[in-house]
Amino acid sequence: MSDTISASKPERQRLRQEQMRSLIRSIGMLPVLIVLGILVQLAGIYFTGEGRFLSWQNLSIVAQQASINAVLGAGMTLVILTGGIDLSVGSILAAAAVVGLEVSQVAGDLGVIAALLTGLVIGLGNGALIAFLRLPPFIVTLGSLTAVRGLARLLGNDTTVFNSDLPFAFIGNGSIGVEGVFEIPWLVVIAFLVIVGSWLVLRRTVLGVHIYAVGGNEAAARLSGIKVWAVLLFVYGASGLLAGLGGVMQAARLYAANGLQLGQSYELDAIAAVILGGNSFVGGIGSIWGTLIGALIIAVLTNGLILLGVTDVWQYIAKGAVIIGAVALDRYRLRGSART
Amino acid sequence: MPASPDTAPILRMQNVSKTFPGVKALRNVQLTVYPGEVHALMGENGAGKSTLMKILSGAYIPDPGAEIEIDGKPVQIDGPLAAKAHGIAIIYQELALSPNLSVAENIYLGREARRGSLIDRAAMYAGCGDILRSLGATFGPRTLVGDLSIAEQQMVEVARAIHQRSRILVMDEPTTALSSRETEKLFQVILRLKAEGLAIIYISHRMAEVYELSERVSVLRDGGYVGTLSRDEIQPESIVRMMVGRDLSSFYKKEHKPAGARTPVLEVADLSDGGRVKSGSFTLHAGEVLGLAGLVGAGRTELARLIYGAEPRIGGTVKLNGQPVDYRTPGEAIDGGVVYLTEDRKAQGLFLDMTCGDNINLGVIGRDAKWGGWLDRARARLRSLAAIKAMAIRVPGPEIPVGTLSGGNQQKVLLSRLLETRPKVLILDEPTRGVDIGAKSEIYRIIDDLAQSGAAVLVISSELPEVVGIADRVVVMREGRTVGEVSGHGITEQSIMAFATGVDIEKVAA
Repeated sequence: MSDTISASKPERQRLRQEQMRSLIRSIGMLPVLIVLGILVQLAGIYFTGEGRFLSWQNLSIVAQQASINAVLGAGMTLVILTGGIDLSVGSILAAAAVVGLEVSQVAGDLGVIAALLTGLVIGLGNGALIAFLRLPPFIVTLGSLTAVRGLARLLGNDTTVFNSDLPFAFIGNGSIGVEGVFEIPWLVVIAFLVIVGSWLVLRRTVLGVHIYAVGGNEAAARLSGIKVWAVLLFVYGASGLLAGLGGVMQAARLYAANGLQLGQSYELDAIAAVILGGNSFVGGIGSIWGTLIGALIIAVLTNGLILLGVTDVWQYIAKGAVIIGAVALDRYRLRGSART
Repeated sequence: MPASPDTAPILRMQNVSKTFPGVKALRNVQLTVYPGEVHALMGENGAGKSTLMKILSGAYIPDPGAEIEIDGKPVQIDGPLAAKAHGIAIIYQELALSPNLSVAENIYLGREARRGSLIDRAAMYAGCGDILRSLGATFGPRTLVGDLSIAEQQMVEVARAIHQRSRILVMDEPTTALSSRETEKLFQVILRLKAEGLAIIYISHRMAEVYELSERVSVLRDGGYVGTLSRDEIQPESIVRMMVGRDLSSFYKKEHKPAGARTPVLEVADLSDGGRVKSGSFTLHAGEVLGLAGLVGAGRTELARLIYGAEPRIGGTVKLNGQPVDYRTPGEAIDGGVVYLTEDRKAQGLFLDMTCGDNINLGVIGRDAKWGGWLDRARARLRSLAAIKAMAIRVPGPEIPVGTLSGGNQQKVLLSRLLETRPKVLILDEPTRGVDIGAKSEIYRIIDDLAQSGAAVLVISSELPEVVGIADRVVVMREGRTVGEVSGHGITEQSIMAFATGVDIEKVAA
């Protein structure tokens, strides 16, 4: 046909537009993170006379503060990519931490395994209710948010469980590398491995494609032969498992776990990290790197406000405002290139 | 006929161009419409029909130089409100009604009758009752729109347009989702509106409708104006030639030879789901294109989904190559070599945000995977490039999201996904719905090639000329049952309709 030649020009243009759009999408919220970091540093110099934010020591603290949220956020990303939500991760984290500490008192390192298994089992429970009974994820995990919180208190006899001789305490407090020269905290290493692992699953495996497919169009996924139940079971199981890992990290930091207080409202921070990462809340669109950036934005903001001496009352308000503002900015930025 | 050159045109658009960044969507297009005429606007997808209508409705601003006259007076349509003020109303394919509001509330939306600051529902109900009656509606103004059928909702849109005193009504593919009875009713409404002096711009791909309804046909191609035919010049061949710019000597393709050794591949007996499908039976042979015809709602799609394992069956048997099979999930059917192309590619077929490549490969990434689940990306890329070439999918590359393609290209992507699994049996549900003429003929070619290579193809279609054109045999369903079969020279629109409606048309005519 003669019109293939005339069509090639607009099509080349469209290819370019498409590449531009995917570039914008993959960079995502990185500019927000960078601007926020610069602002925090400048504000530090202006108000306190010294820029403490941009020091290796402080950045390492920021990374540690972001690490648990990044791990929970990775699980949350998998869930939200399928169009679901997991409100129970904070409670699972608490239950897993309590179980981990109690087992560590009698069986040492096995506490880690016990905590991970606790998270996995609860997560699979969520997934089974959602996949097989077709219950809405919001309702199921809202229920387990409350029920698992109760379970965490029950398991710890509603007191704080201690283990001052915790064999895996290095996870929460140790570093790898050469002491005094180049050290990376274990928390950061774990979070990074989780992020890279999630990226590999999402972008390099059949399962990852199926996760995007289920979130993008569940009816089409069923009709094209994808085992939707298996995908849902996996993402909620993974979210639970990673919440269990978060419980290990938290317990290792504190040598203690309290079923009532631990992980309170962590699910909201994890969801905020996913949303700040520019991921679609209805599923099918998003990336794990976005979530990492989202978790870092939250940590930088919290850290910066502390350095500036802002009270925690105002920290809450500022955090909420940044979440809404950043997402509004993102919408505005992507509007021009949105699909018609 | 009120529409004649001696009446003054109600609408005259001239020199209308529209440039999007990098693309000239319209080039000096013209359109002249008279009061009391149905003016069909035809062209392939992407020819510029929608763009032209969006300019008319104020959704797009044309490039400078465009002249639009209404009743002989030049006007500027710089927004939807201006269009409304000039009496222009558009009924889009996707209806724009609020399902949770009543018919009256929808008709009055944005212009609610008020008493003081309160809504005057009684006045609204009374005000649109007359309009609904005049349209022959069987529902009242208090009915919830969500409870209405698509056809009835369309009537609400028409009523809204009349209530706004619109004089130019644009209908974009209004019959796509209608059964033939509903279509008949819509045509009566259109004829009534025409008699009242409204001008109707009717966008459709269906030649029979255009032939039946319109006074004149204007054709667009690649953003340019090709010409306008008046009623006595309207010929399907001439319109097709104008639309695609060449002759389609063999539009429907049937080169495979179904005769010879007849090996039954799929044997379906007495299949039922306890609801819409009461008893479905047919045999599908290798190298054959079998049509499955029937009115909308006869249970054709439901029967296909039963075979494919998408819905649970209550009774009956399915045999594949002589072996009984009972697929409980689509995955099992695909593994067995049976694939199904959905009639609703956007809602049930494609992953619009995913790339063409991912969409094409979705059925086979599991088979191609290394180490039990690791994507073979090089192979996937080769597969998508090959499919794009073989199916002539017009896309710059496999990394483009499929949602940005035209309907015909989307359909070809979905077909490629099925073909990649190397199926033995293909059930294609309305394979050419919502695709332009060019893509249609390419899809017919693909179906023909498949049959020639020995695949068994079942085509469900509501377009009778299509069924007649491509099928070797046709099984007809009525009210959940397969009621008849025609083959060879016996395949005519009349014989199929006789089975589909249960009325012997030729006898009635005689």
